[in-house]
Amino acid sequence: MATNTKYELKIGPATREGFGRALVALGRENDQVVVCDADLSKSTFTHLFAKEFPERFISCGIAEANMVAIGSGLAASGKIAFVASFSAFVLNKGFEQLRVTAAYPNVPLKVVGTHSGISIGEDGPSQMSIEDLALATSLPGFVVVSPADDVAIFELVKTLAYHPAPCFIRAGRSKAAIIYTEGEKFPIGGSKTLLDGNDLTIIAHGLMVAESIRAAEALEAEGISARVIDMYSIKPHDVEAVHKAVSETGAIVVAEEHLVDGGLGVKIAQTVASATPCVMEFVGVQDRYAESGTPESILDKYGLLARDVISASKKVLARKK
Amino acid sequence: MTSVETPSFTELEAIAKRVRRDIIEMITAAKSGHPGGSLSAVELLVGLYFDQMKHDPKNPKWTDRDRFILGKGHAAPVLYSVMAEAGYVPKDQLNTLRRMGSIYQGHPDVRFIPALEASTGSLGEGLSVGLGMALAAKMNGSPSRTFVMLGDGEIQEGQIWESAMFGSFHKVDNIVAIVDYNKIQLDGWVKDIMDLEPLGDKWRAFGWHTITIDGHNLSEVRNAYVEAAATKGKPSVIIAHTIKGKGVSFMENNPKFHGSAPSADEFTKAMAELA
Ligand SMILES: Cc1ncc(C[n+]2csc(CCOP(=O)(O)OP(=O)(O)O)c2C)c(N)n1
Repeated sequence: MATNTKYELKIGPATREGFGRALVALGRENDQVVVCDADLSKSTFTHLFAKEFPERFISCGIAEANMVAIGSGLAASGKIAFVASFSAFVLNKGFEQLRVTAAYPNVPLKVVGTHSGISIGEDGPSQMSIEDLALATSLPGFVVVSPADDVAIFELVKTLAYHPAPCFIRAGRSKAAIIYTEGEKFPIGGSKTLLDGNDLTIIAHGLMVAESIRAAEALEAEGISARVIDMYSIKPHDVEAVHKAVSETGAIVVAEEHLVDGGLGVKIAQTVASATPCVMEFVGVQDRYAESGTPESILDKYGLLARDVISASKKVLARKK
Repeated sequence: MTSVETPSFTELEAIAKRVRRDIIEMITAAKSGHPGGSLSAVELLVGLYFDQMKHDPKNPKWTDRDRFILGKGHAAPVLYSVMAEAGYVPKDQLNTLRRMGSIYQGHPDVRFIPALEASTGSLGEGLSVGLGMALAAKMNGSPSRTFVMLGDGEIQEGQIWESAMFGSFHKVDNIVAIVDYNKIQLDGWVKDIMDLEPLGDKWRAFGWHTITIDGHNLSEVRNAYVEAAATKGKPSVIIAHTIKGKGVSFMENNPKFHGSAPSADEFTKAMAELA
């Protein structure tokens, strides 16, 4: 049965803002922290760090591939180096550099992609990042996280700064519902069971965590008990929590603001298939690019609302029988 | 093919004025978008579509047409307005910019407007695509020429300089790159973010015929295109000195209006200035 935990899901800051504040906190505690930016500091919130530590802020111009490799050089020389841009640009333009200058030599570069997913709205597909997790998780040795709210990203940025491997942190543009309270810890490879349940498990990350909570609450009103897990650590992911979900609920829905192909769902399915398989459904962007529109209208048209998690849950339960 | 006669500068100026008004109206209606870099490019685009380019809005897929690519895709409003003036797309729907279902997407999108030559929005790629098109025209023995508009911030991308090397090495003399040198990018002034100077020397060193003009002077704009057309054996680049936000006093040289829409008051003020 679902626990009594109630989430108000009040609207909080966008995760990119928490990223910016975490950089400032890191800058204050450690003078080795440096930040590279590619003409998007106002959008990525690295401008907060630039303002306080201008001598440790490195302007790279609109040249993401170069910025990634510059960051690798800084990181290889002992700096705690962050490179940030829109997720679409830092990962797609910088991918080869991420591969050969960070992943392959295991250089602990910290890569932050803001404006991920399709919820950026009006700018449209060229700025939307729906392949970033497929790309980042394909890089051997990379740690990849997708925080759901302000507390989660603040903690994860501070934790990963000191992690001795390359990392990718996925952040969003739009305001994110508040899920956690200050002080919550987010270990690499961990997950958070936000609602317990025994009919099925909904596994989500980023913006879809709040939608999944909403979905679970609606399902509960219909007598369906859904477990909700925030799988903020995409790589490595919490294998134990997945196995438990399989044995205790026997059905899984994965919900994410990413292409269904190559997202977290595929990795969860791999984990599920390697133990005792169970029925699964996937909520995400289907093999296509989106378009311009308000964030709300896009999430609606491309199927990323609580409503879509609910219908996937019913579908998976029907198959479970 | 349009532009049977050479239009007068008075005619071109009138079009430019209407285009500026469209830009302000569209972006105000959308409540988001990029006015600064749209306004700086008006004369350069009007000069192309109504004076220099060989094209036919009634036959947008005409094989021998000249092609235009907006490398700096965020300046989509200026291109949409110019294409509407030319008759490619409906003028009465310009104010649906950036709305779901509108053909006027946030960045140029060939899925919605097939008459566009390329979908852009990720900076740094347009010149390479344009070189591919120009090369194809040469291989096909077509007189088609290709024009690519680049932002000054955009040319910080390494790919621009890869394409610059390619263009001169392969003697792609049917391409013209146009740098909208408005001195401002997203976060502020180009000279503070990643200075480009000496810009003309860079392009010359990369083997391009380099023409420097005032990008708001229609006569200089025309002469530059004519000179580029007459230049054989190497590609041409026009470095057009412009003013970001040109035509609206409070937007001119103001980094704030790179990517923010005018308020209701600002809209009224801007339209009065463009009356
Ligand atoms: C590859 C890439 N990186 C970053 C951006 C985000 N961005 C959009 S416009 C812009 C500034 C462009 O400046 P400039 O080319 O000078 O354009 P203009 O001033 O003419 O508007 C940036 C960084 C992008 N669209 N593409």
